Amino acid sequence: ELCPTIKNILLLDSEGKRIAVKYYSDDWPTNAAKEAFEKAVFTKTQKTNARTEAEITMFDNYIVVYKFVQDLHFFVTGGENENEIILATVLQGFFDAVGLLLRGTEDKKEALENLDLILLCLDEIVDGGIILETDANVIAGKVDSHSMDAGAPLSEQVSLLLFHSSDYPLAKSIATILTYLGLQQTITQALATAREHLTRSLLK
Amino acid sequence: MVYVIIKELSPSADEVIIVTSSLMKDMTSKTDMYRANAIRVLCQITDGTLLTQIERYLKQAIVDKNPVVASAALVSGIHLLQTNPEIVKRWSNEVQEAVQSRAALVQFHALALLHQIRQNDRLAVNKLVSSLTRGSVRSPLAQCLLIRYTSQVIRESASSTQTGDRPFYDFLEGCLRHKAEMVIFEAARAITELNGVTSRELTPAITVLQLFLSSTKPVLRFAAVRTLNKVAMTHPIAVTNCNIDMESLISDQNRSIATLAITTLLKTGNESSVDRLMKQITTFMSDIADEFKIVVIEAIRSLCLKFPLKYRSLMNFLSNILREEGGFEYKKAIVDSIVILIRDIPEAKESGLLHLCEFIEDCEFTYLSTQILHFLGIEGPKTSDPSKYIRYIYNRVHLENATVRAGAVSTLAKFGAMVDSLKPRIFVLLRRCLFDTDDEVRDRATLYLNTLGADGAVEDMKEFLFGSLDIPLEPSEESFDINSVPKEVKIQPLAEKKAPGKKPTGLGGPPPAPPSTIDAYEKLISSIPEFANFGKLFKSSAPVELTEAETEYAVNVVKHIFDGHVVFQYNCTNTISEQLLENVTVIVDASEAEEFAEVASKPLRSLPYDSPGQTFVAFEKPEGVPAVGKFSNMLRFIVKEVDPSTGEAEDDGVEDEYQLEELEVVAADYMLKVGVSNFRNAWESMGPDCERVDEYDLGPRENLAEAVNAVINLLGMQPCEGTEVVPSNSRSHTCLLSGVYIGNVKVLVRLQFGIDGPKDVAMKLAVRSEDEAVS
Repeated sequence: ELCPTIKNILLLDSEGKRIAVKYYSDDWPTNAAKEAFEKAVFTKTQKTNARTEAEITMFDNYIVVYKFVQDLHFFVTGGENENEIILATVLQGFFDAVGLLLRGTEDKKEALENLDLILLCLDEIVDGGIILETDANVIAGKVDSHSMDAGAPLSEQVSLLLFHSSDYPLAKSIATILTYLGLQQTITQALATAREHLTRSLLK
Repeated sequence: MVYVIIKELSPSADEVIIVTSSLMKDMTSKTDMYRANAIRVLCQITDGTLLTQIERYLKQAIVDKNPVVASAALVSGIHLLQTNPEIVKRWSNEVQEAVQSRAALVQFHALALLHQIRQNDRLAVNKLVSSLTRGSVRSPLAQCLLIRYTSQVIRESASSTQTGDRPFYDFLEGCLRHKAEMVIFEAARAITELNGVTSRELTPAITVLQLFLSSTKPVLRFAAVRTLNKVAMTHPIAVTNCNIDMESLISDQNRSIATLAITTLLKTGNESSVDRLMKQITTFMSDIADEFKIVVIEAIRSLCLKFPLKYRSLMNFLSNILREEGGFEYKKAIVDSIVILIRDIPEAKESGLLHLCEFIEDCEFTYLSTQILHFLGIEGPKTSDPSKYIRYIYNRVHLENATVRAGAVSTLAKFGAMVDSLKPRIFVLLRRCLFDTDDEVRDRATLYLNTLGADGAVEDMKEFLFGSLDIPLEPSEESFDINSVPKEVKIQPLAEKKAPGKKPTGLGGPPPAPPSTIDAYEKLISSIPEFANFGKLFKSSAPVELTEAETEYAVNVVKHIFDGHVVFQYNCTNTISEQLLENVTVIVDASEAEEFAEVASKPLRSLPYDSPGQTFVAFEKPEGVPAVGKFSNMLRFIVKEVDPSTGEAEDDGVEDEYQLEELEVVAADYMLKVGVSNFRNAWESMGPDCERVDEYDLGPRENLAEAVNAVINLLGMQPCEGTEVVPSNSRSHTCLLSGVYIGNVKVLVRLQFGIDGPKDVAMKLAVRSEDEAVS
């Protein structure tokens, strides 16, 4: 309880709609509560200029640090007794890492096209509320190493899952998610590998 | 990526064994990234049994060379501590090793986990903190954690050590010079939050925060202002150095920072700077949102109560902003502030009432208009020239909506009832109201005209019209008889339009609570006919318990002191649900108080379960003489059994008695606490002829503060200029008290305390008053 905790990290567009969000606390149990919070924080910070320096505000007993670039709005939220500078460091790490990953073009279209990178980035910064990493270069490096080998082990894993799983709904949901992420090729590859495995084992 | 997905889906371990087995394979794979992520995912979806299987791998991972893997394992450990603490505690050796790691973040995570494991063992935490403060901590995050743990250790060991420097304070001070801003800020904040911190300890922290105030980054400015705001509540003098920087922050772009700066300045300002602040705030108010404005208003209110002499400029300020645009909550806050100022600062009454009158001419909120009209009805007749306000009130009758018109009619009637000279004019006005379009207005006008116009029984009329009637009328067949309505007025704490006491009232300002309770008591006593002619109530003491807690009947007593009488009001509560008490009286044995003679006693007719009631006993005493004595009390009543299922009492009851503790009337009861804002002037003006000086040895005491408090309570006087606060560890202290003795004699007391080695306290008491006998 003395450890610095992050309550959520949000990336919204210039109209306040979600691009990528991650919540690490139970303060907003329902989706409706989360959306209400996002709307409130967006309207409160809309008129301020947070492009050169990170800005800070407080409402509802939460401290929110935020920064804008083009049409992307980054927010990091902590409890009211949290060290504001720690929150600002996390925000800066996230902000710069996304900048590195999107290779300079930081706008909504680019973000949506590389949504998987952004989600991975969020995963590497905070785990369950505890800060994992704040250095943008290290974060971007970790995300890059994930995505470069996305081909081989991913299909291996997926094939194993789809093949062995007795839990059909799980397999189906994984497949749908991967499709959504645009990795359709991997699915066909995976099914091909799966067929191979099956034939091999039957022939043994 | 799959790891992320699996974490989101979070199946339980027995559902998808395949997932877990493939993850376990990953944990031992050669690529570190997969190991790290596999560990994180596995720990999230695992349960106790599976955990024991992978425990070996996790322990290896914690001390792995690759920092990513180690961090992953440690963070997972922190999460697992919530669900499977025993297993995680077995890893403490590996975690201890990880704390020594060279990688910065691994040390951070390991420190967090180790502290969580050992947090119940105070000694272990102490050892951990001492070893690390001497060693080197590599990452700023870990340093921040260490600062937090250090503060915790200081807080827990504070009870043992009183003198000398705190342990680890030097470490905290050293952190103020660290490279990373988060560490500097964390250390400054930790120092300001130490228990009973002295100004010497605060100075380096405040210097650092002052530097942050002028930083270009809004985050730093915000953090500094917020911390200084908190410090200003307890140590306003320490923050005054930063006033100049904070004044420049009033025009900051970020409105939260600006508001925090203003509220801090309001807390630390002294009398001379008040005018300057007011000018700056006026321009500032138009910029900020309503919710910020309310915060500023409340700060201004406490400022005004702290410096009552400045009421004029503050009142002008409040009335000016009242005229501008604003929402309902905002205007309500302003009106509440003006009302409180009128109540607590008598000189402000006339101008305050006039400001309120001007406001209702233009007010768009019906609720506020009616509240103000009601308030005018109470306070207006007591002023020197009530007819001034009649014009404003009468205009309301013509110009506003029905609710306000009805309120205005009631107020006019109150004026007429209280001030006889205005009665004929009020009648003329009320007669015109009879032709109003609204029912309620016509009804009220008719009622007041008839009752006020009739002769005789004026007092009862007033009580009937304007007093608080206890029970709502029930529809009944018989014609209504006013005498059947019980006259026992229950004491209701006057609904104070005050903000909850989160902010302490300013030091040395008159405490706002006593005047209102005195009003309530006064109304109560004067409503009882037997006691009505005792004259003005001089003082009512605080309730003194006469029974221990958790007894069957809880009784406390309030002593009301009049010029020639003393009334004891016994508040009784019956805590036994199966009993109903009737005819409750208190038999007082005054054999040890010779100067008192019992005059009257008012019994309490019925005391059901759990509703408090009052019974009174009045004594006569020689006028003007502060007689003292001891009284022993016994509660006598008829007890009737109550059937718990039906709630009805039996018909006949048994007489019973219940012994209460003794009560004393002491000299302090004759002393009213009245504050004086400038003690020195008052002291000089009293003159030395009526001065008496004496020295006392108070014997061994725990510490100086305790001795000071004991003497203040004994004398029953009001400490001035914050002198009741004794800084800890001080060897001597001067306390200034003031009060009004019975007979309206002003008394000032200067106390000098000294404490020496064996904790013996010596006290020198100097008294000055208008009457030598009193001294």
